[in-house]
Amino acid sequence: MPCVGDWLNNPLSIVQGFFAQNVPNSDWEKKVTEYFKEKLKENNATNWVPSLNDVPVHYLKPNSLVKFRCMVQDMFDPEFYMGVYETVDPNTNARVLHFGKYRDVAECGPQQEIDLNSSQTVTSERQTLYCVPVPGESAWVKEISFLTLASQARVSPSTSYTPSRHKRSYEEDEDMDLHPSKQKEQHMGNRGGGDIHGCVEPKRLETEAPAGHHLISPNCSPPLDLNFPLPGEKGPACLVKVYESWESFKVNDVLEVYGVLSVDPVLSLVNSEERDSSALDPMECMDTAEEQRVHSPPASLVPRIHVILAQKLQHINPLLPACLKEEESKTFVSNFMSELSPVRAELLGFLTHALLGDSLAAEYLILHLISTVYARRDVLPLGKFTVNLSGCPRNSIFTEHIYRIIQQLVPASHRLQMTIENMNRSRFIPHKDYAANRLVTGVLQLASNTSLVVDETQLEQGQLDTTGVHNVTALGNLITWQKVDYDFNYHRMEFPCNINVLITSEGRSLLPSDCQVHLQPQIIPPNMEEYMSSLLTAVLPSVLNKFRIYLSLLRLLDYSISDEVTKAVEEDFVEMRKNDPESITADDLHKTLLVARFLSLSAGQTTLSRERWLRAKQLEAQRKARLQQQKCVNGNEL
Amino acid sequence: MSSPASTPSRRRGKRGRGSNPSTPQDARSPPSQKRRADDSTSTGDLQPMPTSPAADVQSPGAADALFSSPPQFRHSAIPLDFDISSPLTYGTPSSRVEGTPRSGVRGTPVRQRPDLGSARKARQVDLHSDGLAEDIVATKQSGQKLVIWGTDVNVASCKEKFQRFLQRFIDPLDKEDEDIGLDLNEPRYMQRLQEINIVGEPFLNVNCDHLRSFDENLYRQLICYPQEVIPTFDMAANEIFFDRYPDSILEHQIQVRPYNALKTRNMRSLNPEDIDQLITISGMVIRSSQLIPEMQEAFFKCQVCAFTTRVEIDRGRIAEPSVCKNCNTTHSMALIHNRSMFSDKQMIKLQESPEDMPAGQTPHTVVLFAHNDLVDKVQPGDRVNVTGIYRAVPIRINPRVSSVKSVYKTHIDVIHYRKTDSKRLHGVDEETEQKMFTEERVKILKELSKKADIYERLSLALAPSIYEHEDIKKGILLQLFGGSRKDFTHTGRGNFRAEINILLCGDPGTSKSQLLQYVYNLVPRGQYTSGKGSSAVGLTAYVMKDPETRQLVLQTGALVLSDNGICCIDEFDKMSESTRSVLHEVMEQQTLSIAKAGIICQLNARTSILAAANPIESQWNPKKTTIENIQLPHTLLSRFDLIFLMLDPRDEAYDRRLARHLVSLYYQSEEKMEEEYMDMAILRDYIAYARSYVNPRLSEEASQALIEAYVDMRKIGSGRGMVSAYPRQLESLIRLAEAHAKVRFSEKVETIDVEEARRLHREALKQSATDPRTGIVDISILTTGMSATARKRKEELAQALRKLIQSKGKSPSLKYQQLFDDLRAQSDTAVTKEMFEEALRALADDDFLTVTGKTVRLL
Repeated sequence: MPCVGDWLNNPLSIVQGFFAQNVPNSDWEKKVTEYFKEKLKENNATNWVPSLNDVPVHYLKPNSLVKFRCMVQDMFDPEFYMGVYETVDPNTNARVLHFGKYRDVAECGPQQEIDLNSSQTVTSERQTLYCVPVPGESAWVKEISFLTLASQARVSPSTSYTPSRHKRSYEEDEDMDLHPSKQKEQHMGNRGGGDIHGCVEPKRLETEAPAGHHLISPNCSPPLDLNFPLPGEKGPACLVKVYESWESFKVNDVLEVYGVLSVDPVLSLVNSEERDSSALDPMECMDTAEEQRVHSPPASLVPRIHVILAQKLQHINPLLPACLKEEESKTFVSNFMSELSPVRAELLGFLTHALLGDSLAAEYLILHLISTVYARRDVLPLGKFTVNLSGCPRNSIFTEHIYRIIQQLVPASHRLQMTIENMNRSRFIPHKDYAANRLVTGVLQLASNTSLVVDETQLEQGQLDTTGVHNVTALGNLITWQKVDYDFNYHRMEFPCNINVLITSEGRSLLPSDCQVHLQPQIIPPNMEEYMSSLLTAVLPSVLNKFRIYLSLLRLLDYSISDEVTKAVEEDFVEMRKNDPESITADDLHKTLLVARFLSLSAGQTTLSRERWLRAKQLEAQRKARLQQQKCVNGNEL
Repeated sequence: MSSPASTPSRRRGKRGRGSNPSTPQDARSPPSQKRRADDSTSTGDLQPMPTSPAADVQSPGAADALFSSPPQFRHSAIPLDFDISSPLTYGTPSSRVEGTPRSGVRGTPVRQRPDLGSARKARQVDLHSDGLAEDIVATKQSGQKLVIWGTDVNVASCKEKFQRFLQRFIDPLDKEDEDIGLDLNEPRYMQRLQEINIVGEPFLNVNCDHLRSFDENLYRQLICYPQEVIPTFDMAANEIFFDRYPDSILEHQIQVRPYNALKTRNMRSLNPEDIDQLITISGMVIRSSQLIPEMQEAFFKCQVCAFTTRVEIDRGRIAEPSVCKNCNTTHSMALIHNRSMFSDKQMIKLQESPEDMPAGQTPHTVVLFAHNDLVDKVQPGDRVNVTGIYRAVPIRINPRVSSVKSVYKTHIDVIHYRKTDSKRLHGVDEETEQKMFTEERVKILKELSKKADIYERLSLALAPSIYEHEDIKKGILLQLFGGSRKDFTHTGRGNFRAEINILLCGDPGTSKSQLLQYVYNLVPRGQYTSGKGSSAVGLTAYVMKDPETRQLVLQTGALVLSDNGICCIDEFDKMSESTRSVLHEVMEQQTLSIAKAGIICQLNARTSILAAANPIESQWNPKKTTIENIQLPHTLLSRFDLIFLMLDPRDEAYDRRLARHLVSLYYQSEEKMEEEYMDMAILRDYIAYARSYVNPRLSEEASQALIEAYVDMRKIGSGRGMVSAYPRQLESLIRLAEAHAKVRFSEKVETIDVEEARRLHREALKQSATDPRTGIVDISILTTGMSATARKRKEELAQALRKLIQSKGKSPSLKYQQLFDDLRAQSDTAVTKEMFEEALRALADDDFLTVTGKTVRLL
């Protein structure tokens, strides 16, 4: 029986084993998935698998089992490959069957040739997904998932790689550069000298070494755009090859895949060969050079993962069990629920401090942070709760700090500075580039439950150009309908999304929002910078983790309203309308119901109680009174 | 380039026609022997194939004997008595026909078909080494039947069957767009051949559906072995053609182009099973390459002795002769480009059409290769149905690397294009919508239509998340169905509008935008614009100069794009005056005239308009009329069939129901919601079916009812000396009644339809055309922008003012303010400044006085 090291370090040998046993029929494929499923179920086995998110590609052994937490950014066309093929030795005429699954390259020994006409050949289909690390993933998510890995597994195959490297700063990376390339040479030595050239170069691109390296390799094409939705993101992009049920995966899904890492340098080599010969042979140049570059980038830069197991993730919070349906996770949930109210109180206190002593705003911020689109009724998304935090001091670092705090709490977030320049320059909506045949990403291509903090205090008067107008419209659509219309040049296509948008602004925001909360600072700290950073350091890491669990967990809870309460709500609404038909509309009922929903959930209750409903009404009344007050203060400002 | 490696997958393709549907799973398992066995059982008359084809080869002579006329058999690599049929002669036609009379089967040059050819050539070479001539290795059958190797196609019988099809196929019911001038009761394809004789375009398009209804087996063979069957069809067609028209001169022999293969419709469903089969898929062209000259045959000349030789291209490579056969000099042969043969080729990228895509996924693309005259037939942006052969080619073996990328490249060799929307802009045809309904679906829909409450059901299914507003939903539902199109061109009135236009106006926050969004999402050709964000240009069309070609291009805007659909315009009131003015033509004539930058044209814009407007004071003022509330020109308003007010009713029972509805939104699970209401997909199909297949006409009683309704409407007003209905309203009523009949899938408009139309119209009128001062429905609010009572009051005031001025005596000028105050003091009702000014203007129009600044002068 193969031992642990085997299935981790050389999963293909196990596949080979199953293949050899069951060759006449296709059972082996099923057996392989089952085997790995079993293996990964064993005590914390998932933690033994090195993750591409934490470990740089060049430290991982080729053809070993890896995992990757990622978002599907684009889907390429399905490809046909040789599922089973036969090699023949021209000297002895000996024929051997091989499997092509989980491989990029059809292998054969030095003395063998692939018999392309063999009757045994089976053509199969697989789908390639272009995946990027979850955009806007908070640093703490990376750190924690990394720590769990480091504490339980010392699988750092074939290298003297130490986990501390992860925290090393960017500059230091470059010093490391020479070291791994040597490493590479070792295990690629048998492939011939030429390969190294092809591999080292792209890695330099990856670490974005200073421009000098272009001089070293004049034939190197400009650095490949890895298509990360958010600017300044790092991490490997990956071509994930899926063999089963790829219809269930959608763009922007967050996946965790376990599969065979393939960084065979031949992949890059084949490309360059093809590109050279394409000039001669028109039949081969189906794709433009640009498309080639995008669809088969150098393997060292964009590694391939041949998926054995893949699952969609509900959330990416490493502090929570991945799937809440399972038995063990149920105990986790109930344990946490028992200590929910102190956590909520603490979180409220923390946020109140962060919002300069405004507890109402803090309350609304909690509701906002646990909101999620739980259903769509034809076009209407239900459960979105966009909060517009108005009254933020202009040109201060306050908004930045608010974002920093949110970043500490949620697993994925992004801060969008709404400056004229930003709006005119950046690309919000993903669009299809037909020359390269890929979906060029935009800022609004985000995974579900990402927090988007729009900072409107940065906006100055000025002229928005066409892009700017489009961007603002797209942002507005995102908030109102929770969907982004991707631009496919000849047509647009709607992609539903689920993004929590928080708008910080001075007056009322120009973007639509579900509810506007005017900030009323109780304390004005003399030094904002100091105040905010002391706030964060004052929180114990264990408490912070509880906050994180709290926010992620409550999003996933179910919710219902009993008939009784429905009646009460009805009565209430009718009553309110009677007293003041002008100011209470259906819209207000919508909002109050939303507030009541999240208020109940934030207390861990999955049904609406009468008290909560009254509390929700009370909160809404307070909020409205504040807005009214503000209107009076500013005269005709609103 | 194709190589024999495509054969393994081919074999599975052959298996596919066996009785058992093969999943990819079991496709991998069976060894070839079993597959052969499958073949033989499924075809019955075929013996199990020998494992090695060479074992059972017949002499080339046998193959010759099989064909009475070898020249037509173009695939043969055996040297024939003349060279014309060889693919080698392909080139510019003029270069090759010297001397020979160009008519008849023999005289007309054969043009090579690169769309079929690539794999064949490869195999030819392959088998050559085995001492075989081409792939027609025949196996001996009990009844001396010969089939092409690896298939069950018997050339002779296949040809005969196809000839019979051409000569006999008649389908009087099947009317196609291209069938202009065809007699449907005569054999269709014989008329096509006649057309070829007259026009001289040697292509015969054959609808596979016809073939299927004629001979199921032949159809199956065509789908499974297009590469072998299509040349056979070519032969058959040519024989018939030159038999009939022996003197006809064609550029080359007729090529048969099958289309509309039912095998695969969707790009997403392509799988390894389809390799080397005939498929038809639809999609949108996104990119086309430049023309690629593909060398078919290289021409070499010896530098020493001027001996020339031709070498055919094999798998994309030229085997350069190293030794001159004539003078035995080595390395003396040089390629002469000018005398080599090339064929045109183009690479095209086809993308899945947006309708075929599952939500949340990106579209797939597929590569097409077009050859010869199919090059440049389509442009990026065209929607096409492509029929062709699906190919998979392994990525080339690199001699320096022992390993091979284990991936195949796939493409489609195009045989036939059919543009799906070529007529859209020209509007020759009525419905180009090629919506396919399966029989079960039609049955479901028809069953639905029989339900008594279908109208209510459908209106409930419409935007279920929006509460109540049932009449509005019903109105929108009728708009979705639309009236019947009538053509009065011969009487000089042109087309009558069939589309129903609806305006929603009302308080902000009454889910108008939501309704619009819903409709936009529901209809296939909907457009959504916002009044604030659209310009006249964006709505209509504009002329653009293509930066690359310097060609003027007409770009169409939202209204033209939603031809046959619905154009949703939000914030209609915020639209600029000039933008709105373009709507006048669209909303009544259903066309758009454009005259700019040298392009003058009239585009069809048969679009329904669903507009939403906010009141001018942001809140609806119940004391004002619709016109006053939304400040839209009445010329435009009268073009709306229905104008609905979406007001916030202040009513306890309503509030209660609303509250319950909203609360349920917040906790019901998604599945439960779906149970309650009709599926959006069903609704969509229902509407699409009704729109394309139901065309109701007015029945006698219905016309009577309509007349009555119209007379009634006129009567309401006539009592008080006003007219409350105009012919336009009658037209609206007819349209609404027709739409209602469509909802019932009824071919006849009956009284109940008229009744509902009348009710809805009255409801809408009640809401929008009620004179707030009298509470009476008054259509003249819409047509003149002013209610009859208001007009009467204006006149009275003017008279009073005239009397007042006259009572002041002979003074030639009066102070404006003074006069105003006097009038107010005199009048028993409140006189506003506007009213006063209006009265002054009325008097000025009568040449009674003039107003200059602050003084009023009498004339």
